[in-house]
Order: sequence, then structure tokens, then C-alpha cells
Amino acid sequence: MPTKTILTLRVNGETHEVAVPVHKTLLEVLREDLGLIGTKHGCELGECGTCTVLVDGQPVLSCLALPVELGGREILTVEGMAPPGQLHPLQQAFAELGAAQCGYCTPGILLTSLALLADKREPTRDEIRQALSGNICRCTGYTKILEAVELAALRMSGTPSPSPLPQGGRG
Amino acid sequence: MMRLPPFTYLAPLSVGEAVRMMADHGPEAMFVAGGTDLYPNMKRRQFEPKVLVGLRGIRELVGVRGEATTGLVIGAGTTLTDVSEHPAVREHVPALAVAAGLVSTPPLRNMGTIGGNVCVDPRCNYYNQSYQWRRAIGFCMKKDGDICLVAPGSSRCWAVSSTDTAPVLWSLGARARLVGVGGERVVPVASLFKDDGIDYLAKARDEVLTEILLPPVDGLRCAYLKLRRRGSFDFPVLGVAVALSLDGGRVKTAKIVLGAVASQPREAVEAGALLVGERLTPALIAEVAGVAARPSKPLDNTDLTHPYRKKMTKVFVARALRRLAGLPDSPENEEEVA
Repeated sequence: MPTKTILTLRVNGETHEVAVPVHKTLLEVLREDLGLIGTKHGCELGECGTCTVLVDGQPVLSCLALPVELGGREILTVEGMAPPGQLHPLQQAFAELGAAQCGYCTPGILLTSLALLADKREPTRDEIRQALSGNICRCTGYTKILEAVELAALRMSGTPSPSPLPQGGRG
Repeated sequence: MMRLPPFTYLAPLSVGEAVRMMADHGPEAMFVAGGTDLYPNMKRRQFEPKVLVGLRGIRELVGVRGEATTGLVIGAGTTLTDVSEHPAVREHVPALAVAAGLVSTPPLRNMGTIGGNVCVDPRCNYYNQSYQWRRAIGFCMKKDGDICLVAPGSSRCWAVSSTDTAPVLWSLGARARLVGVGGERVVPVASLFKDDGIDYLAKARDEVLTEILLPPVDGLRCAYLKLRRRGSFDFPVLGVAVALSLDGGRVKTAKIVLGAVASQPREAVEAGALLVGERLTPALIAEVAGVAARPSKPLDNTDLTHPYRKKMTKVFVARALRRLAGLPDSPENEEEVA
């Protein structure tokens, strides 16, 4: 059993102390040691984007990040996007527009979109596409994803927009 | 699940400390910067270092300094995102901003560094596979085996240089600062590589690539074009970097460097020489592109077929030169623009 190192990590605004071997990736520590299983485990090789989390606001691949390199940095996972029991406008828009099919790529896409909207309040479709060009959706539901990011951007910038939900919701 | 093999992680705060640590630990240690290439390779057991010397905490390695007119200096630990978005890089050496911005994906570019991209491990369809895959098909000489599965009669490894930024830096005439325990040296990026898929860097084990030094780029025109299957994620299966300067409408200096056609970037010397002293006419560009494709000898060990990659070398060189000449991408479209 390799030696464990005690590390202090800032995740979703909370400070965690974990005792882990240094060769455990951030993805493994989030899921296995902190119980934050919203971050998904995909290709493990930096080729799919589903494990994306934000480090100091920037999207990074948690499968290729080592916690030992992240001391003092603010890590945000999908669990930290909104207060418990609430949805972030991006999550709300994704739910309303059906921008998730199997949902496996969704946490990474939500966080990448969050970083984009923090940088650009009203991104063009091309800018959204470019920002999300590291996130693969194997259900290939890209159009709805792009539309959901646009809707969330509209709502977050305070522009009045009609609800896309028909009366009575979706059947 | 593929987990990283166990290692000890060292976090030096200066280059001097880093190279001493590397020298102390010998062949069992490796440097790691962004980790975006090394960690996947470690998960697949292409590398199993017992000690990693992490370069991330070394502040002096990060950032773009200086002026374009006297020569920008890019810290090797600068992320590919920061290189591609840097205003002076975008304005004065757009080919470098383009190349850095075409590496893999946005989150990977937030982690990966320009030094790491220059030094990226050459790739091969028979090598960049999981341990189980490689064991099943029979190991190759680059790791665990003793033959080349692409060219079984060959005594050397034919893994493909897969860096986007090195061909551009080579074409610009950039230099690299290497710091080791024995001191430091500055070498042209063009002499940083060796034509071998395993032993591909002319750099000692304990040497760290600390800086890229760009020459003054007054009036230099440059372009980089990348061929790959998808518009994101993929490594280049062909890269074409061109840098030239003009004097009174005639080419004063020209360098054409091909990426992903050999185990190191390859300069099309003869083709570049044909341009010097001439005007960039469509006819000359077509001739030069044909000559530039000659050193391109891709083998069947990456994505897309090798005859296609060879054919596209000519197309991409012509396209890059036409762009620098202000011509539309292909001769067939000439009328649309004119």
C-alpha cells in the first residue's frame, strides 16, 4: 500500500482534509474520498471532457489533475453550482430544453458553460461551440446543449425571455 | 479502470532545485509540467517513473515577456491557452497562437504547457494503447518489446512527432533555453530534435526546457495549418508551418517546416530556398508545394491513410503559402475573390 499524504483541498467553498496516495487523480479523490460523484469518470485519458471541473474558474480535466498540485486552489464541481435543493440557471435551462439524454457528459458541459458565461455574458453560438469543443456527448444531442447555454445566458444577463416550456410541461 | 502507477511527487520551487532533484534521482525520475501527455501515458504504462519532479510550482517558468520587436520570450511552463490568447503572440506571431490554440481541447490547453507540447512524446498507433492492448498484439520496441510493428524489418522506432508548436517555432527560427545541473545553453529549436521515435530529444535527462526565445519578428509573415480527423481533440497527422519575410514584393527569407510526417519536425529546405528572391506567384507556389512534399514520408501508423497524408502535404503547403500571399486557398476559387 503506497504511503498516504495529507492534503488540504478547497472544494465547492469548503475546506477538506484528505489522506490519499499522491498518485490518485483529482477525479478519484472527488469520487472515492469525498463522495462527490457528480463528476463523471469517462475515458480517464483527457479525451472526453466529462470529468471537467473548474479550478479557480477555469475548466480542467480532473482525470489528469493531481490534488497535490492544487493546494490553495478553488475547485468547483457540479454539486457546487447552486445551493442545495436549487438549480443554477444553466441546470434549469438544460432540464427544460432536454439538453441531456443519458446525462453522463452533462456535469462537465455545465461547468465548462459556467466558465464561459463568467467570461462572456452573451456568447455567440460559435463561441459556445468552441468553448465546448472539449466535451463529447455520445448521445450527440449537441443542438439542444447549445440552445440551453444560450437560454441560460439570456436569463442570467437579465434579458426577459419567454419560458420554452409549454403549459403543463413536457409529457 | 486505469489508475496511475504509484510514484513520489517532488515540488521544487526553482529550476535549480528541479534539475538537482532530477540528477539525484537518476533514470527513475521524470519531469512533469501540465501532465496532459505524461499522465495518460503513465496510466497506459508507457512510463512508470518512481519519482515525478513537478514543474508547476516554478514561477519563473510561467509567462510571456519582452517585446515582439526585440524578441518575445515565452516561459516553457506557460499554458497553451495563455500562449494562444496572448495579445503580442496573436499580433506578431499568429501562427504560434493558432498552433497553440489547435492543440487538443480547451480544458487540456488550460493544463498543458508550450514546453510540454514541444517535448511531447512521439506517437504511434501501436504504442499509444493500453497495456492490455499492447500485450495482446505483441509489444513494440518503444515500450516493453524489441521490434517495430509498423516496419518490422527496421532497427529503429518510427513513432511520429506530434507537436503542433515545434514546427512553428522551428519555422520562426526560435531558440530554446535548456538548464541542467552542468549549466545552461541556448539551442535553436531546429536542433532540439532527433530522428528517432524513442530517443527524440537532443536534451539531457536532467535538463529542463525553461524558455522559448523568439527572434525579432519585424515584418515576418507566418501560418500554421493542421490536418486531423476532428476539429478538436486530435493530434496532428500533418502540420505545415511557414514563415517568410518579404522585401519589395520578393521573398527575403522563407522556412517551411512539416510536422507529423517523421519522428521529428522536418524542414523542407529545398522548397524554402526556391522561394527566396522570388515573387509569390500562384505558379511558383504550386511548384514549391510539390518540392516541399518530398521530405514528407508518413508511414501507416497514425490516423488517416499515409498516402492521403503525403498528398495533403502538397495541398497544405500550397494553401499556407497562398494565404501568406493574400491569395484564396485554392486556384479554383481565384475568381471568387478577384
